[in-house]
Amino acid sequence: MSYMDSKMSQHGLIGSESDSQRTLYPYVTGTSVVALKYKDGILMAADMGGSYGSTLRYKTVERMKPIGKHSLLGASGEISDFQEILRYLDELILYDNMWDDGNSFGPKEVHNYLTRVMYNRRNKFNPLWNSLVLGGVKNGQKYLGMVSMIGVNFEDNHVATGFGNHLARPILRDEWHENLSFEDGVKLLEKCMRVLLYRDRSAVNKLQIAKITEEGVTISPPYSLKTFWGFSAFHNPTVGAEGSW
Amino acid sequence: MDLNMDLNAPHSMGTTIIGVTYNGGVVLGADSRTSTGMYVANRASDKITQLTDNVYVCRSGSAADSQVVSDYVRYFLHQHTIQLGQPATVKVAANLVRLLSYNNKNLQTGLIVGGWDKYEGGKIYGIPLGGTIIEQPFTIGGSGSSYLYGFFDQAWKEGMTKEEAEQLVVKAVSLAIARDGASGGVVRTVIINSEGVTRNFYPGDTLPLWHEELEPQNSLLDILNTPSPEPMTM
Repeated sequence: MSYMDSKMSQHGLIGSESDSQRTLYPYVTGTSVVALKYKDGILMAADMGGSYGSTLRYKTVERMKPIGKHSLLGASGEISDFQEILRYLDELILYDNMWDDGNSFGPKEVHNYLTRVMYNRRNKFNPLWNSLVLGGVKNGQKYLGMVSMIGVNFEDNHVATGFGNHLARPILRDEWHENLSFEDGVKLLEKCMRVLLYRDRSAVNKLQIAKITEEGVTISPPYSLKTFWGFSAFHNPTVGAEGSW
Repeated sequence: MDLNMDLNAPHSMGTTIIGVTYNGGVVLGADSRTSTGMYVANRASDKITQLTDNVYVCRSGSAADSQVVSDYVRYFLHQHTIQLGQPATVKVAANLVRLLSYNNKNLQTGLIVGGWDKYEGGKIYGIPLGGTIIEQPFTIGGSGSSYLYGFFDQAWKEGMTKEEAEQLVVKAVSLAIARDGASGGVVRTVIINSEGVTRNFYPGDTLPLWHEELEPQNSLLDILNTPSPEPMTM
């Protein structure tokens, strides 16, 4: 590289690959996160997979973490960037606690902070390669929002990232309703996660479901879902058409 | 394939690296091949590098990048140890490696940090490309590791002894060497526990033979001169 080029790229004026501080492409990635509002708060589900390209490399990655007293953050995308976001949020919550003013950041505040971070990084052509789901309850108000790696953000009664958008949200649009019980909410999430397990190549059969209510956050221990393969059409798919698939 | 271009390719350590915890410490293992394109630049490299008395790192990927990261981390840990007044923990060492990897995304190196400290005992941290840090009971890395996922899924057990863990590591590296062109040479292991650090060295002739591999001979002449077996009698 010529001297002039190297000077310019140091000042971030040339977006060449030798810039030392940008996520160019993701390496270790998490797949879908699915979440919905229910009677007492928010339910969120994510599997524990960390893929390395097409290899299902890590199978015990926690992709949902509590934030402060009132929020729960789930992430898909580059795991190292998620780990960095958790560090930023640690600092945010610490400073909030240091005010010691009786107030604490609720999900709305955390969601707004994350939106600003993601959007500003996008503007510098150095994104945090994640899709984030932020859910929480504060003072009886349920909140569920999403932020993408380019800073697009919105709130809804149910959200999903990645493949979940294509496979889970249609199910949720059909079957979600106001005031779901905990059991119905969990069954609905499990239905979505099972479909993702069947149809998403990067899904891994080890997941956690997290619940956040006014009382606080609970993240379930890891568990696996049963799958069904007993369709007669699966046993002999090429009967009557040998050689087809 | 241009021979000239290959000799000037950046030194890469294709590699197979492994880190395994056992009841009381960790075992780190690696092959010893460093390649420049198709040429083996060093057939007896040492890919298990010391960071402190009690923490070592297995290096894979670009030889230069992994060496410079190790050098910086060793330097920082040295200062940290002086300021702290006691040995650095494995977690601190791993996080320093992570910081360098994460903040310099152009580095092409995957690392396994392993060691023993008095607070958490034996620990292994995997730090792949991108700078994710992930603590695991065992981890594999490098190009040769592709051939070992199935092997470890089947052979790994919780609570192994030091001897079992080392045997597992040596067997695994040896299997990877058999199939990965970028891995080869000898198998080196480093065992770290409360008592200290032990380095071991396993040249090819101490390793088992796998499928389609033959017992090494000094010369054809030895084979020809062996008398042929007696015919059987019924």
